[in-house]
Amino acid sequence: MIQAFRERRSLRIAGLMGPGAFWLIVFFLIPLLIMAVISFMSRDQFGFPAPPLTLQNYGDVVKDIRFNPSISFAGGLNIRLFDGLYLELFWRSIWLALTSTIITLLIAFPVALFMSRLPRRYRNLTLFLVMIPFWTNFLVRTYALQFMLRGNGPINTLLRTLGLAPIDLLFTPMAVMVGLVYGNLPFMILPLYTSLEKFDWTMIEAANDLGANTLQAFRRVMLPLISPGLVAGSILTFVPAVGSYITVELMGGGRTNMIGYTIAQQFSASVNWPFGSALALLMMVIVTIAAVLYFRSGRGEQRAVL
Amino acid sequence: MADYAVEMRDVSKVFGDVVAVDHVSMGIRQKEFFAMLGPSGCGKTTSLRMIAGFERPTSGEIYIDGKAMGNTPPFQRNVNTVFQSYALFPHMTVEQNVGFGLEMKGLSRSEIVRRVGEALELVRLPQMAKRYPRQMSGGQQQRVALARALVNRPDVLLLDEPLGALDAKLRKEMQIELKTLQREVGITFIFVTHDQEEALTMSDRIAVFSKGKVLQIGTPLEIYERPTTRFVADFIGETNFLEGRVQEVNGEFASVIADGGRRFVGRAMDGVRPGVQAVVSVRPEKVQLVEQPDNSPNCYEVRVHSIAYVGSDTRVIVSLGTNHLDVWEQNTVSTLDPNYFFKPGETAWLTFKPENALVLAQ
Amino acid sequence: MTSDSTIILLGERGEIKPKPRGETRRFGVGRFALVTIALFTFAFLYVPIVVLIVFSFNSARTGATWQSFTLQWYDRVFSNTRILEAAANSLIVATLSTLGAVVIGTLMAMAMERYRFRGQSAWDGLLYLPVIVPEIVMGISLLIFFAAVNISRGLLTLIISHIAFCMPFVYLTMRARLADFDRSVEEAAQDLGANEWVTFRRVTLPLLMPGIISSALLAFTLSLDDFVISFFVTGVGSQTLPVYIWGQIRRGITPEINAISALMLVLSIVLVIATQLIQHRQRT
Repeated sequence: MIQAFRERRSLRIAGLMGPGAFWLIVFFLIPLLIMAVISFMSRDQFGFPAPPLTLQNYGDVVKDIRFNPSISFAGGLNIRLFDGLYLELFWRSIWLALTSTIITLLIAFPVALFMSRLPRRYRNLTLFLVMIPFWTNFLVRTYALQFMLRGNGPINTLLRTLGLAPIDLLFTPMAVMVGLVYGNLPFMILPLYTSLEKFDWTMIEAANDLGANTLQAFRRVMLPLISPGLVAGSILTFVPAVGSYITVELMGGGRTNMIGYTIAQQFSASVNWPFGSALALLMMVIVTIAAVLYFRSGRGEQRAVL
Repeated sequence: MADYAVEMRDVSKVFGDVVAVDHVSMGIRQKEFFAMLGPSGCGKTTSLRMIAGFERPTSGEIYIDGKAMGNTPPFQRNVNTVFQSYALFPHMTVEQNVGFGLEMKGLSRSEIVRRVGEALELVRLPQMAKRYPRQMSGGQQQRVALARALVNRPDVLLLDEPLGALDAKLRKEMQIELKTLQREVGITFIFVTHDQEEALTMSDRIAVFSKGKVLQIGTPLEIYERPTTRFVADFIGETNFLEGRVQEVNGEFASVIADGGRRFVGRAMDGVRPGVQAVVSVRPEKVQLVEQPDNSPNCYEVRVHSIAYVGSDTRVIVSLGTNHLDVWEQNTVSTLDPNYFFKPGETAWLTFKPENALVLAQ
Repeated sequence: MTSDSTIILLGERGEIKPKPRGETRRFGVGRFALVTIALFTFAFLYVPIVVLIVFSFNSARTGATWQSFTLQWYDRVFSNTRILEAAANSLIVATLSTLGAVVIGTLMAMAMERYRFRGQSAWDGLLYLPVIVPEIVMGISLLIFFAAVNISRGLLTLIISHIAFCMPFVYLTMRARLADFDRSVEEAAQDLGANEWVTFRRVTLPLLMPGIISSALLAFTLSLDDFVISFFVTGVGSQTLPVYIWGQIRRGITPEINAISALMLVLSIVLVIATQLIQHRQRT
């Protein structure tokens, strides 16, 4: 009888898990595995994968890395020990993604804090104002920003009417950064707000009462309790930033290259699937390591995104 | 009709490596108000859930009205449950909630309407039929849960701590109401509670659970006056324990030599033989403080430690050697005379009759 | 009033209850700074959007000099068959992939929340993975996959891919809802004579409905908004609206794009309001 019960139970689990498991394996895992395999293949004359297996694609990524220490002051202090085309590409992508995540966080935190301290009615209104861009097409929003900053866009037109010289606002690393921050702000504000809204402010009073100053109370009491929101927001900002494609094209005009954009090019403009797969795999590894490290460092007991 | 409404025969339930119910056997008589009493985690709720059919016994068998239940699912058992959380369907009105079971039985619309009306009448909520559960108070929700179960005319009604979520005053009212209701409908009630006062007030019989086992089954009077184990004596009401060794057993009575060589005499319970470790259990209301020693064998000089006046009685803590004992003196006369009673630090004589004390084997 | 998407990303279980609020004026000195930053941020978020909408009514073909009010760009949008086709494709893909994602995601959430079985924690991790794998990687891996198994790209590949990336979000939303689900209500139904199927249909499903609707709205929006993955798995005749817009933007500015963008913005606002209303209704 118990045997029959067990069989019925496992049949039921299989029935419930089946379709989803099938989809996840066939249309998510297997494609990633095929991509990994292709990254070890040669390319034929059209740029598509062909035998034999090779390490060439990974060799291409590291082949021009040289020890070449340099210091420059272009765009802030730059200290470099190595150079190399793809090394620089990865470095720039991570650097831009990381900086934009930090800037986004620095803007989003006070905004979320402000929202959470409002009376209920206004709180819901501001939340609504954050949710509209949150749910709006990312491409459309980035396009709107590009439209604003364009050479003949509203800002430069305004400058011209005022008799001032127009300025180049687009197609610079700075423009990409602004685009990333603009695009990702709602994804940082919303999780932070969700954590802050639930935060019981009497705990800060309790911490003060026990002798903690404002900074200590923030660090020891508030930070651990809002860390789920912090982690979720940072992941939601950092991951798309590393792999960003739309922003690089629209805001950087393809001039400030980032890894996601280069990968996309291997599958569209200049066809080289094996090399593109190798870059994609490397990027995935980097993002996963970053995410895992970030989760580990995240304090607080609550389970966050993963 | 079988003798027992519900019978558990050697039932055990194991979750992983936790034995929740450990070889429990008991019979619940027809039309009885039966309480399963014990601290949390003692197995009482698991037993109830096995009767309802939500859990299957790991071993043993449960009989409802003489029929072995085996793997019969809950929806084929003629028992109904009042859940601790009430478990009312939030998306249905009171009427729809109460009518759900009848609908499942396939009764006609008009029959359902009639019986739902009667059931709501019974719990005194006829005007609430169109409301949703969330629009009602806790006490009202509790009655809806009761109506929803009773309307099906089950052989047995199972109640899982049904009064737990109510405040103290409402609880008292509902205790009386439930008892009256049970007599009115003439259905066997099995009631799970951790509140010993509730169990004593309402039940015909009580089963006291501890660590998955049933320690004692009996009427409230038996459970209170003749607990067979130290656990039951301690869990039901308040009591004083005096530990020692049995000196001799003489018919119904046994004498115990306690710490400090003092000798106490009480009723000998099961397993009391000369030489075994035992405790003398005596309830605080059965102990008196007097100015002069009397002829009871349990009369010793004590020092009054503290006194608390609680209206109906005066609660005194006295020290006897290293032991502290509770003594509750009923305030049978009204007086504000400061010299009327003992004061802390004074000495007095403590006395209790052998027939009011129990000697329990350890 | 918080979106489900953030709740699941926070790993939260359940409703967000209002918490006791401390004294509102705690940040006395910093208050001015907070208000200022918040105002600037909202302006930063909204000015480009509002400007775009305003200029979608500008009759000038190029540049940002205001000429006169016109509805001609909207008129062109609604008479351009390629735009209408792209919009229809987007709606077909979003509808079918929402349906698919909601069904398989909900079933999976039921299995994961209500049973304990071997390999469960591996699935738990795997279901989070699509959230942290960059879109571009998912897009190209699907492109490679469809090429490898020789499925020609079109609406079918779009729907398959959209189900794949929407399903984990549905799963996470439904899992959170199921964790909150009071199972004694199901026991009560069985106790009252309902068998398992009737219990599911009469009690479980109606009570899960708000969660199902929320996750469907989430999946619908994700599908409608997706550009990167669609870009790689779309075929010649099956462009979705974002893919079409992308092509036009790259070719240069056409004022129709401003009009489409404005329309898509209005659609987002409608969806946000719908979500809010549903979540609000649940609470009262």
